[in-house]
Amino acid sequence: MTPFEVELTPIFFLDLSLLTMLLLVAIAMLRSRHLFAVVMLSGIYSLLSAAFFVSLDAVDVAFTEAAVGAGVSTVLMLAGMLLTARKEKPKMPGRAPVALAAVFATGAALIYATIDMPAFGDPNAPANVAVGQAYVDETPNDIAVPNIVTAVLASYRGFDTLGETLVVFTAGLAVILLLGVGSLRGGRKVSDTDANKAGDQ
Amino acid sequence: MMFAVATIAILVAMVLALVRAFAGPSLYDRVLAGNSFGTKTVLLIGLMGYITGRPDFLDIALLYALINFTATIAILRFFSYRTPKGPRAEPIPPSADKGAA
Repeated sequence: MTPFEVELTPIFFLDLSLLTMLLLVAIAMLRSRHLFAVVMLSGIYSLLSAAFFVSLDAVDVAFTEAAVGAGVSTVLMLAGMLLTARKEKPKMPGRAPVALAAVFATGAALIYATIDMPAFGDPNAPANVAVGQAYVDETPNDIAVPNIVTAVLASYRGFDTLGETLVVFTAGLAVILLLGVGSLRGGRKVSDTDANKAGDQ
Repeated sequence: MMFAVATIAILVAMVLALVRAFAGPSLYDRVLAGNSFGTKTVLLIGLMGYITGRPDFLDIALLYALINFTATIAILRFFSYRTPKGPRAEPIPPSADKGAA
């Protein structure tokens, strides 16, 4: 078994720069006290990680990340922000060192765990020597879908995906029934002035 | 080679949009930075497909453009409920609001 060397392709450098930007956005999110900026930055973070997932060929994960992370959760956080405050309170002194130590210890343990992991794209990795190779070989003959992940999700595990879709559909239906049909038309209008007037009376 | 240069140019543009999102004093700077960052992502995914020799990525890039557009509209809709006086940093106490009304 020959040791596997990671090739320095253009995509490798692209991944590197995407991950660097992810790190920068995460640090900026931590440092910002302005909640709207944090919400916008988290949308940017989702877009960046979606681009990173596409470069890893996980297109379905990337779609979910872009739709849920950049779309739905941004709107949910904005809605929550409009109900509360626009600025974060100043942080409490004294509690930071313990939390920081816990975070660093966890991070160090996780990084230590990655040392044993096989290199990215290693054909000798345990995940690639078992049944994975059979899917890579057979998919172009069995199913005319260029993306193997999509072929596995939609055809090899078609019934599984159908069941998942049924569960998600039922959950959505239950939420609509709980909230009422009016929620589909955008619900009632809420404005700041009305809320203040109601508080006065 | 041409695609690599274009990719580098888009990465630089992404960093510039990030700078605006980090610094951007007003709210609309940040919305615009997020929107243009989404556009850069769409372009980057398209280029990524051409670099790896699989132009089918263009379909994915198109869907991203749709998601980005919808998300920006959804974000901006939240600010149509705002009072015409502009952004409020602090909640106004009820006594002050009574005088204005």
